[in-house]
Amino acid sequence: MSYDAKFRVWRGDASGGELVDYTVEVNDGEVVLDIIHRLQATQSGDLAVRWNCKAGKCGSCSAEVNGIPRLMCMTRMSTFTETETVTVTPMRAFPVIRDLVTDVSFNYEKARQIPAFAPPEGVAPGEYRMQQVDVERSQEFRKCIECFLCQNTCHVVRDHEENKEAFAGPRFLIRAAELDMHPLDARDDRADFARDAQGIGMCNITKCCTEVCPEHIRITDNGIIPMKERVVGKRYDPLVWLGNKIGRRKP
Amino acid sequence: MAAELETHDYDVLIVGAGGAGLRAAIAAREAGLRTAIICKSLFGKAHTVMAEGGIAASMGNVNSHDSWQVHFRDTMRGGKFLNSWRMAELHAKEAPDRVWELETYGALFDRTPDGRISQRNFGGHEYPRLAHVGDRTGLELIRTMQQKIVSLQQDDQRESGDPEARLKVFAEVTITDLLQDETGTIAGAFGYFRESGRFVRFNAPAVVLATGGIGKSFKVTSNSWEYTGDGHALALRAGSTLVNMEFIQFHPTGMVWPPSVKGILVTESVRGDGGVLKNSEGKRFMFDYVPDVFRGQYAQTEEEGDRWYTDPDNNKRPPELLPRDEVARAINSEVKAGRGSPHGGVFLDIASRRSAEEILKKLPSMHHQFKELADVDITQEAMEVGPTCHYVMGGVEVDPDTAAAARVPGLFAAGEVSGGMHGSNRLGGNSLSDLLVFGARAGAGAAAYVKGLGEARPAAPQSALDAAATTALAPFEEEGGENPYTLHQEMQQTMNDLVGIIRKAEEIEAALTKLEELKERAKHLTVEGHRQFNPGWHLALDLRNMLAVSECVARAALLRQESRGGHTRDDYPKMDASWRGRNLICSTEGDGVRVEEQPMPPMRGDLLDLFQRDELAKYLTPEELAAVGAAGDVKGATEPTDGSGS
Repeated sequence: MSYDAKFRVWRGDASGGELVDYTVEVNDGEVVLDIIHRLQATQSGDLAVRWNCKAGKCGSCSAEVNGIPRLMCMTRMSTFTETETVTVTPMRAFPVIRDLVTDVSFNYEKARQIPAFAPPEGVAPGEYRMQQVDVERSQEFRKCIECFLCQNTCHVVRDHEENKEAFAGPRFLIRAAELDMHPLDARDDRADFARDAQGIGMCNITKCCTEVCPEHIRITDNGIIPMKERVVGKRYDPLVWLGNKIGRRKP
Repeated sequence: MAAELETHDYDVLIVGAGGAGLRAAIAAREAGLRTAIICKSLFGKAHTVMAEGGIAASMGNVNSHDSWQVHFRDTMRGGKFLNSWRMAELHAKEAPDRVWELETYGALFDRTPDGRISQRNFGGHEYPRLAHVGDRTGLELIRTMQQKIVSLQQDDQRESGDPEARLKVFAEVTITDLLQDETGTIAGAFGYFRESGRFVRFNAPAVVLATGGIGKSFKVTSNSWEYTGDGHALALRAGSTLVNMEFIQFHPTGMVWPPSVKGILVTESVRGDGGVLKNSEGKRFMFDYVPDVFRGQYAQTEEEGDRWYTDPDNNKRPPELLPRDEVARAINSEVKAGRGSPHGGVFLDIASRRSAEEILKKLPSMHHQFKELADVDITQEAMEVGPTCHYVMGGVEVDPDTAAAARVPGLFAAGEVSGGMHGSNRLGGNSLSDLLVFGARAGAGAAAYVKGLGEARPAAPQSALDAAATTALAPFEEEGGENPYTLHQEMQQTMNDLVGIIRKAEEIEAALTKLEELKERAKHLTVEGHRQFNPGWHLALDLRNMLAVSECVARAALLRQESRGGHTRDDYPKMDASWRGRNLICSTEGDGVRVEEQPMPPMRGDLLDLFQRDELAKYLTPEELAAVGAAGDVKGATEPTDGSGS
């Protein structure tokens, strides 16, 4: 029930690095993260890797396994043949700190730019009333475990460092969508923000983000496309335009 | 050394960024204080995200009979009357406000048909009480508070141009020592950045410990690598005390296969939503394991238990929903008797009891978890489950109202790292509410303490910093020492085998001998590589915390000669009323641990009145019972689940 697998793991830091070959034991039922841990415990005590829950709930152990962005804890070894070499590299869109650990601070900066939930005025705590069917739309996006695999795979920033300034990435476009769809959020400018500050127009809906999402959130179909429609509606619908011109100023 | 030491000044330092830490930070910042949050991982990855079932709060949205009094009663029963009754009272009273507050931060709980927060059934809770979001409630709680903190930072940005002016998160930093002045008063903390390995000093007159639990001392656990008992050990070394450390909760349902995921949690909601436990003979065995103290409160036939899901006012709940300690012991007994599942657990079956559609709606994460990790479709087949180390009831001895730690001015603790609230056993759902209630109280308590100091700021001597740095670097100095991973594995095996779910004196003594040996060997550890993001080094430093905590657990377990909640002694199998009024208090002595008995303060009369006399008689000694007063004085007490609301 156990065999020796060939692993290639990227070792190095910001100044450079290389793929290092290992031969390591694999047992029945194990996942890639187990093998990385075995390397740590038996061959390379200082191999750097992030992980927490080991159950696909915290989104810490993101990496690229044979070039595909994945959570290592949710990648079962049984999906590879025993003779196949398994190559593990750090996420490509973020600067390497060491080995499989990358600097993901880009994401926390983008998170801080999104205006927070605005509580409805005059509704006391305990008096919030919402229907299940209405909260479910936003709940889908709140399943996000912030593994940043969608950010990593999105071709707008994956090989285009220069776009990071203007583009928030799929994770934060669905955060904007989530707030826009929140039944009691008091702001009405979420779509404007997605257009002006998050660069939603740069997304050309290739759905790569949806494909890599370990939570199976329909990022493109349920989040980004409806937001794009809202942007277009607000900007180009003549009635909306007129209403905005003559109506109350936005908060 | 001094040249490379980065230093920061704050009013309040929160160590830990899970539910309790974040709620404490919000409270301290809202009190106007400059607050720093120390996060061992990335911000938003705390172990709280693993909490599945929900937050217990008697909002009464699903069953209007619920009230704080009923919640208090359930909590005391679950803890077998060993709880700090004042903490249990504050918790039950304040939990609803803490939950409603989360909605003003943007949380989106599942709803009732009339649009309020939905509440689900859980073990030991008389009424549907757990606010929830599918089975990912902990994630919602963390994300909501993470976003609230961002919102407070945005306020500061508008006011001062600096989002981190009054609230800053230090991600991937580990605190290795607390700093104190000559009198022992808190002056700050010392630690390192994981990323660079560089040291950092925080000067702060108040430190809130919110570091969570100790599960990584055990081999089979639902806890992540962070759960190394840091806060417990920091408090001990600073001169504070730990209470109830013998009480460890083994969650009855962890995954047992494949081996790599052994211990990972299977939420209690599976049982709350209709799942039942069966042995290899297909028998629903929990009906055979209802203990005397709970007899009369649980269904005696499968038919009645099944009716309860749809008509809880006229039926008693099924015994699968007994408190966790009872269910864990029952599973243990079934496996020992040879009626276990192929991989050494028992079967948890929801597939034959609920439609696939319903399972997918109510338990999406569980379906996902079993599909991805075990290749089992829980809508089609039963899960294999067994007990896993899940939670430590014991922790820092605190003042219930302010969360101030015993014996060390300026030190506070909240959440799993604090002790007392849950007594000998915690009810499911009472953890997330504990984090919110006592997180908020700890933040407010620390803020009040700092304001009371005026301009005074205790300062740590240079010698303390030098000592902390020397200790932290020791594993790089030694050549030919031991591998920290090897020591860790031996310790986990020892605790699992000898101080686990069922204990006896000889085994605990053997564990203590082994722990002494490991303590000696841990003085000579060697790690390879350098200080930049080096997990071997991090483990070497965490190891001394795990060893200290393990010693507390073992010494307290040896002293308590009875079985109660999360402490089962094979050689003292009965609960003993004479032990109920006694807390076991751990403190540092030399390089070891001292354990002493300490009497519990008697419960306030109006709280005792919430129980019927015959129930009190199950827990109190005859002398204590006589002091309560004559029968007939008790008012308001009702039998559970009678639904009369009288």
